[in-house]
Amino acid sequence: MNPRYDGALFTVAVLLLWELLYHIVGSSGLSSPLVTFAAVGHLLVSGSFWNNVAATAQAFALAVAFSLVGGLAIGLLLGLSRFAGDVFDPILNALTAIPKITLYPVILLFFGLGMEAKVAFGTIHGIFPVIILTMNGVRNIRPVVRKAARAMRLTPAQTMRTVLLPAALPEIFSGMRIGVSLALLGTLIGELFASDRGIGFMLIQSVEHSDVPNVMAITLLLFAVAVAGGIAMLQADRRLRGGA
Amino acid sequence: MDVALEVSGVSHTFVAQGNGTPVRALDGIDFRLAPGEFFSVIGPSGCGKSTLLEIVAGLTRPTEGRVVFDGRDVLGEVPDGVGMVFQEDASFPWLSVWDNVAFGLRRRGTDAAEIARRVDYALRFVGLADFAKHHPRQLSGGMRQRVCIARTLVLEPRLILLDEPFGALDQQTRLVMGEELLRLWRETGATVLLITHGLDEAAMLSDRIGVMSARPGRFIATLATGWPRDRDSQVVNDPRFGALTGEMWTHLRAESMRSIGI
Repeated sequence: MNPRYDGALFTVAVLLLWELLYHIVGSSGLSSPLVTFAAVGHLLVSGSFWNNVAATAQAFALAVAFSLVGGLAIGLLLGLSRFAGDVFDPILNALTAIPKITLYPVILLFFGLGMEAKVAFGTIHGIFPVIILTMNGVRNIRPVVRKAARAMRLTPAQTMRTVLLPAALPEIFSGMRIGVSLALLGTLIGELFASDRGIGFMLIQSVEHSDVPNVMAITLLLFAVAVAGGIAMLQADRRLRGGA
Repeated sequence: MDVALEVSGVSHTFVAQGNGTPVRALDGIDFRLAPGEFFSVIGPSGCGKSTLLEIVAGLTRPTEGRVVFDGRDVLGEVPDGVGMVFQEDASFPWLSVWDNVAFGLRRRGTDAAEIARRVDYALRFVGLADFAKHHPRQLSGGMRQRVCIARTLVLEPRLILLDEPFGALDQQTRLVMGEELLRLWRETGATVLLITHGLDEAAMLSDRIGVMSARPGRFIATLATGWPRDRDSQVVNDPRFGALTGEMWTHLRAESMRSIGI
């Protein structure tokens, strides 16, 4: 079968299942595809929706920026110093394993309700994969590659820019890909639990008002954006690993 | 006598990873290379040959002794004019073959036309002109090693250090690459220090051969081959070739047995 039709077939199958599920569950738990798409349409022309999108996008962008820049800097530092890496490796793994939602009350106490808390929460989700994969990327560079750099008399800055970074880039990029997804997750969770604007806030309000079509529509849009972004980053990742 | 490289009283002890016991790798190494000389070091596996090469390159500091290249002490840094080819594949996987070979010249700020000229020449020299746009992962291990050789040669080193560069190659390719190395050595007038475990390789390529003992490594004999400068792999037919490999083996047999614990 022509693989070009696979996507279309899959979409039709999902829509059919959705419709079927709607008939079983009823409109109190689920809205039908048609109603949901209508709600999506309403959202896309509503001003308050775009205000909330802007609030989430701003928090997300900042969380991504802090995660990537901070994660890269810390990861490089830990990767280059064997001692620091050995010391921090178990600590990092422990920190990664913590369910970060338990830290949210502390963050709220610290930053108060608003943008800062969301950014902080997005960042503590996004930064760890960047740190860990950058550190591993640098540590996994074969010693002979570093020796070759020394044998060609590179300065430390040249070594960093032209050997260590490109050598570790595939792993760094994987870390960034995961970090961006988790930063989005963190930002949205932050908005869901305590916030006064943003997509997550809008979603939880719709839930409180039992506005099922709106809940479904927002979820669908979030899903579409996350999947599209995820696929684009995964493809870039594969290109980096597979090479030109 | 002019001296390109002088190694005097070099001993090296390192601490083994894991159990922390000190291991004596080298024990009082002395030798001098004349400019343009081709010197090979042969020894049983684990005798410290590679450590010796890293010390000469300035990548490792010896616990005792001195290395002097071109009249200057080598102190923990690779001196200008020294090129090194490693035993392992050290090609950069993120760069094309051409960019790999151009790498060192670009970092030096050589102008683009000169880089292109030298890189194309070096790629023809190692027989990879048709693979310039390929990436290392698309090449065989032997071809990747030739990329590394070309990357070192374009920098036109006066002293070329080679750590079993043909280890990944089959016997016939090794003979041909050896011949190419001799051609290069003649053309550039560089001094060559080659580490090898191949008796035939050492006998065919070298002006002189240093035979090393099992660990801790020290020279147990130094043999002069007496080959003319314009030699090639045909020397394997010379009766002297058999005599040389035989003599090396006489020295190495007991050491090799010792190194593998027989």
